[in-house]
Amino acid sequence: MAESRTPLLDELEKGPWPSFVTDMKKLAQRKPAVQDALGQLEMSYRDKKGHWKHGGIVGVRGYGGGVIGRYSDVGDVFPNVAEFHTMRVNQPSGWFYTTEKLRQLCDIWEAYGSGLTNFHGSTGDIILLGTVTQNLQPAFDALSEAGFDLGGSGSDLRTPSACVGPARCEWACIDTLDICHDLTNTFQDELHRPMWPYKFKLKIAGCPNDCVAAVARADLSVIGTWRDSIRIDREAVREYADGGLDVERAVVNRCPTGALSWNAEKKELGLKAEECNRCMHCINMMPKALCPGVERGATLLIGGKATILQTAFLSWVIVPFMKLEPPYEELKDLLRRIWEWWDENAKTRERVGELIYRKGMREFLRAVGLPPAPQMVFRPRANPYYFWWPEELEGNGHKEQG
Amino acid sequence: MSRTDIGPPYFKDMLPPVIKENYGRWKYHEILRPGVLRHVAESGAEIYSVRVGSARLMTVDRVREICDLADKYCDGYLRFTSRHNIEFLVSDKNKVEPLLRELKEKGWPVGGTGNSISNMIHTQGWIHCHTPATDGSGIVKAVMDDLYEYFVDMKLPAKLRIALACCLNMCGAVHCSDIAMVGIHRKPPVIEHDIVSKQCEIPTLIASCPTAAIRPNPKLKSVEVNEERCMYCGNCYTMCPGMKIADPENDGVAIFVGGKVSNARTPPMFSRLAIPYLPNNPPRWPEVTAAVRKLVEVWARNARQGERYGEWIERIGWERFFELAEIPFTDKHIDDFTFAIPTFRTAATFKW
Ligand code: SF4
Ligand code: SF4
Ligand code: SF4
Ligand code: SF4
Repeated sequence: MAESRTPLLDELEKGPWPSFVTDMKKLAQRKPAVQDALGQLEMSYRDKKGHWKHGGIVGVRGYGGGVIGRYSDVGDVFPNVAEFHTMRVNQPSGWFYTTEKLRQLCDIWEAYGSGLTNFHGSTGDIILLGTVTQNLQPAFDALSEAGFDLGGSGSDLRTPSACVGPARCEWACIDTLDICHDLTNTFQDELHRPMWPYKFKLKIAGCPNDCVAAVARADLSVIGTWRDSIRIDREAVREYADGGLDVERAVVNRCPTGALSWNAEKKELGLKAEECNRCMHCINMMPKALCPGVERGATLLIGGKATILQTAFLSWVIVPFMKLEPPYEELKDLLRRIWEWWDENAKTRERVGELIYRKGMREFLRAVGLPPAPQMVFRPRANPYYFWWPEELEGNGHKEQG
Repeated sequence: MSRTDIGPPYFKDMLPPVIKENYGRWKYHEILRPGVLRHVAESGAEIYSVRVGSARLMTVDRVREICDLADKYCDGYLRFTSRHNIEFLVSDKNKVEPLLRELKEKGWPVGGTGNSISNMIHTQGWIHCHTPATDGSGIVKAVMDDLYEYFVDMKLPAKLRIALACCLNMCGAVHCSDIAMVGIHRKPPVIEHDIVSKQCEIPTLIASCPTAAIRPNPKLKSVEVNEERCMYCGNCYTMCPGMKIADPENDGVAIFVGGKVSNARTPPMFSRLAIPYLPNNPPRWPEVTAAVRKLVEVWARNARQGERYGEWIERIGWERFFELAEIPFTDKHIDDFTFAIPTFRTAATFKW
């Protein structure tokens, strides 16, 4: 047997987890680009460094984003990956597919690309990895024909994503999938034609469990919640207790607000609804017995991002509660106001959270027309250095000293 | 000319009939066994979801194999989770067991539910990005091979979310994971003046540095770096290919712990530095996989039932965590970046 050309990568064929190396080797038999991608990756494993250059600008007609240019710095050794661009394809809300649609995608990427994919990229798009410049337009045309469109990249609205929501989760307080689809379609221009200071991410979670990490990863995080009381099925609570769940220890004592109480004799759960902060703990523990209330909507938070540059932010509450029903005009209007203020004031590559941090929350709230509320802070400031608006002072600001 | 701005395929066209019929009217769910969920609707209808780990980096052949299975057992419907798992959506109860059997035969890992380790969120690494300090898919494969038993079983105190980012750009929610691996550099960029002067916009480059470490060098029409101020973030390299930050000898992996995004019990938290540096050691990163396993197990041994990683550490105190995890505490662990002060202890209460 001939000696393997990828001795290091071969080590990743061992072990129980699915091996991308095994899969790539199979595909490499009919795809020279995959053969070379393996070769270059093996080189990276040997050199302990990447071999891709900075992307050049490539794209398809009518779009400013959605395609990431990628060139090898060892293209002479691996000519079939000298150009190895990525296409980002907007996923259906909640990442639901029919096999028919997935097979169409596979056939298109078999015809026009390397046949390598990610399901899915960090932002949520389907990632089609690796093709040459001249195949981009034909690939896009075929995708479009099959009913797919590109996702975002660069300084634009990045592809919104949503948790599984009402399609299969009993806790969804909002229609995450529909909101995601509706906003994505409303803001196609913002998604496809970068024109902002930097990227803007939008994620929609159906409840405070936040299965899409909206609070950490989205500039605007939409998190479903409710305003009234958790609903309790007393009989089902008793069944949990009879089934061996230590309700007092595992549920009641771990409620962060002391809103719950337990009558062990009667096996009855007490709830002071006004004390509950809707953290989801008790509901997660007893899904058959407890569920969110009926007055449902979302909390909106702003500014979440990873560490680059100044620090990581978790999003901050800016709207404690908003009802979200189609056509979601209140949310859309707010988004437009936020983008306008950010676009006008931000420096290049300044995320909206960083801008708010630089300018102050009060400037932001006033500019977008949101009233301050105690739900926006864990605690108020401890220093006395705050600003007044001119109209809040007698005689319109500083009087001339006579 | 093809149509533009048509938006994504309509999700409702992708839903199995039982989901369409019970949309928004699910009553409860239960985990029948690791990787198998049963959702019950108010109408009494049910759907079974079988969760399977994937490598994320998949070939079209793999995707077609998934489609074959979904055609055979799920009337052609499936979905992916936010953590790169595949979920086979089985409407017919009788097809669950045969599907599980075939998955087992084919070697697919079934699990990732409840008190388990779910699939790892991760980034591109050497297969496709230009700024990585380490690989993505390869470390994930090595770590998930090693932690396989925790994916296919639910024997941990709570769920555990692991993530990896191959550079400090940190695509993915790694900064809020129970355990996060991050590719890091440890030396300032080496400046290639001819590239900087020819290809880069100097003012933008200077502005890109978070610590203002970059100064103009008018003589060379390039820049210079105040090395004392540089914390190796690589942002300058993202802006300009002449700022070579990659350094095979010194690049490696840092590990952060204790983050979460859910609001359950405690508010979302950032992950915090546990291990400042481990060497890049492809193809299987033995130092990293061993460290992650140790971190998983020290939590599994010591945490109370239902306690997430960060909740456990906050209860026992970080000083106790470092002792239990046998990780030396260094000056690297004490923050000296932009928002450091709130992390300093201002109370005389701590443990030995
Ligand atoms: S975020 Fe809430 S509603 Fe959405 S899938 Fe998770 S638990 Fe369900
Ligand atoms: S949701 Fe959280 S705060 Fe509210 S009652 Fe349940 S455990 Fe307590
Ligand atoms: S984390 Fe860094 S290296 Fe990895 S894919 Fe993202 S930008 Fe590229
Ligand atoms: S690596 Fe980061 S800190 Fe260092 S010079 Fe470049 S941008 Fe500045």
